[in-house]
Amino acid sequence: MVEEKNSDIGRKTAEASKPKKKADPRKKLYQPERVLILASSPHLSSTESVYKIMWSVVGALVPAVAASIYFFGLFAFWMILSCILAAVITEAIINFVKKDGLTIKDGSAVITGLLLALTLPPSFSIGGGVLGAVFGIAVGKQIFGGLGYNIFNPALLGRAFLQAAFPVAMTTWTYPQTTKYATIDAVSTATPLGMFKFEHILTDYGDLLLGNVSGSLGETSVIAIFLGALYLIGKRYADWRIPVSFIGTVFLVGGLFWLVDPVKYPDPVFHLLSGGLMLGAFFMATDMVTSPITPKGSWIFGIGAGILLLMIRLYGGLPEGVMYSILLMNAVTPLINRYTRPEFFGEIRT
Amino acid sequence: MKVHTFKKGIHPVEFKHYTSSKEIEILPLPDDVYIPLQQHFGACCDPLVKKGDEVKTGQLIGASDAFISSPIHATVTGVVKAVDSFPYPAGGYVQTIHIHRTGDDEWDLLPAYRDWKSLSIKKLNSQIRDAGIVGMGGAAFPTHVKLAPPEEKPIDTFILNGCECEPFLTADHRVMVEMAEKVLTGMKILMKVLGVGKGYIGIEMNKPDAIDIMSAKVVQSDLDIQVMPLEVKYPQGAEKMLIYAILKRKVPAGGLPMDVGVVVNNVGTAVSVAEAVTEGKPLIQRVVTVTGDGIKEPKNLLMRIGTPFQHAIEYCNGLVDETAKIFMGGPMMGIAQYDLSVPVVKATSGIVASTRVGKVESQPCIRCGNCVRYCSMYLLPTRLARLSELGNYSEAHELGILNCVECGSCAFECPSSIPLVQWIRVGKLCVGEMLQKQVKN
Repeated sequence: MVEEKNSDIGRKTAEASKPKKKADPRKKLYQPERVLILASSPHLSSTESVYKIMWSVVGALVPAVAASIYFFGLFAFWMILSCILAAVITEAIINFVKKDGLTIKDGSAVITGLLLALTLPPSFSIGGGVLGAVFGIAVGKQIFGGLGYNIFNPALLGRAFLQAAFPVAMTTWTYPQTTKYATIDAVSTATPLGMFKFEHILTDYGDLLLGNVSGSLGETSVIAIFLGALYLIGKRYADWRIPVSFIGTVFLVGGLFWLVDPVKYPDPVFHLLSGGLMLGAFFMATDMVTSPITPKGSWIFGIGAGILLLMIRLYGGLPEGVMYSILLMNAVTPLINRYTRPEFFGEIRT
Repeated sequence: MKVHTFKKGIHPVEFKHYTSSKEIEILPLPDDVYIPLQQHFGACCDPLVKKGDEVKTGQLIGASDAFISSPIHATVTGVVKAVDSFPYPAGGYVQTIHIHRTGDDEWDLLPAYRDWKSLSIKKLNSQIRDAGIVGMGGAAFPTHVKLAPPEEKPIDTFILNGCECEPFLTADHRVMVEMAEKVLTGMKILMKVLGVGKGYIGIEMNKPDAIDIMSAKVVQSDLDIQVMPLEVKYPQGAEKMLIYAILKRKVPAGGLPMDVGVVVNNVGTAVSVAEAVTEGKPLIQRVVTVTGDGIKEPKNLLMRIGTPFQHAIEYCNGLVDETAKIFMGGPMMGIAQYDLSVPVVKATSGIVASTRVGKVESQPCIRCGNCVRYCSMYLLPTRLARLSELGNYSEAHELGILNCVECGSCAFECPSSIPLVQWIRVGKLCVGEMLQKQVKN
């Protein structure tokens, strides 16, 4: 048997070197015929992988994508496809230039393109979307060193870039094709948040739940987003603490404002259902790379984002603040990690 | 029945079905044994025999004057072929006595004390020391040292560790099922030496037969001993986790179980203690689980210390061709082997052959926080591994790298397959060196 030989060699070499003076013990290393793999423990691992997590996120966004195509037509489909392609191709080119291996299969670039497309207004130009995706991947992610090293959510950074570059186009909204106002030449309107902020018109909650309102391509349908999010949280690919604390803060603090002045401020349910809160809280704030690694940090992250969001919605110049609230919390994530280190088991703090 | 446990931890697939219902078999004596002179934590023993000497089974062949050390005994009757450095299963080379067996066992035993209850504590403990007993769960800490805590650390509770939380291993399980009487005797002796009245036996719920048998035995005993069923969770058998699960006491970071008045011993150790005291038999054999999908016929084997892995594996009909890895101990903390001539030592709980290569390439950390979520010591493994990689040992020390017990839960759950434990081990070593330098300066 092969193994028999192996061990015999091992012994013989060990004995052979004995008569000599102090031989280098490394010389006794034997050459086995059966090559056994040496590795540090543990020798078992779970079946989780980056690949699985990222593609699950893509899968969890399918309902939101379907809703966006239903409400905003084929345009949504083309926008999503272009953004994904732009993101993936940009990543591939940068991989090539930097001579690292191709990283596009891990699915993270697909997520960036997809999420960015879902946050764009229905009348935005496809070229603009591509530009945002290129910016998001190049400046938002690859400049920092690629997946895992970026500070900001690349999709949101891409969107912030577009918001700065095309402020008018980024705030021009049209009705979904499913409403009676939709015509061939899209009539511009305002989002439910904008309508409340500037005209004090409340939108029907049923429409908000389904997504039959104007807004970014993938943010309008609360139900579709929630379906995907349940799957992600169930699989533990999204930390439930972040959406719970984020949405919870908006609900509670928003509710306080509403109690103080129900005329001036919208009620908390409206806060939850309108705008990009659901998409942001479930799919952007939970981005693993840019959110805290400690459980306590996740709570702080969500609460902070919730408060920032309300401040922007209620006092800022913009009707919506999901993007900036998450980006700002991304920026302080390293700090949060540092100050929320769990106490070691049995630690005596001095 | 209330099930106790600790916080965090992981649930790896158990793989215990290979051997959990197989009775312990006695492995035929090997023709050659290789007995390392250091199988324990502490000072290395000096050889007491030289090439050509004849030795009997149980004869003292290695000893040291140091307190933290443990004597070594011959495990077969035969002739010393060599005293030289040989490969050691925990890595590297160790001074080893090679004995060629010449025939059946001729015993050279210690005095036996059937009526051990009348012996003094001192006498009992010196018997335990003379028998070369060390912790058989894996750490191999000399038992007599554990049994003699300093006076300012009073011990009030004794815990017998029958968790066996590592996947694949069933040695402790079978020992409890088949040698319950000896386990209990050993436990009583240990409790007498420590002078404690309260004892617990912690057993994971995946060993219901062991729980039943031990519970039945305990009822007949005159001491206050309680069997504690524990949740099946890794690392339930880690000393600090076990103490927390049973007593809800937290061993202070950097401290030992005796700091909270507890001594923990493994069931295998208890059996050895019982044999040492009542039969005068030094620690020359132990139960080892030879298992894994790479072993053709997995078994629980009672084998002599110093038996080459090869011999035990052959008795189990050898390896399947796809075998990729063989490790000593369970898959979570086991040490990978490259040479099957290495001997079974006092701390060998299992020989596991696996056909899975494991994840080789790692991806960047995506900060999913899994390692933080599952670390039973509440550390930040990803951060510690990174600091170790960057050589920032002082910050790694501040973040508690030395508290890591290397259980492997973080690396198990890491979706990027980062060798977290490997980096943390490097970091721990370097932090240790750094601290030593600081003391010198």
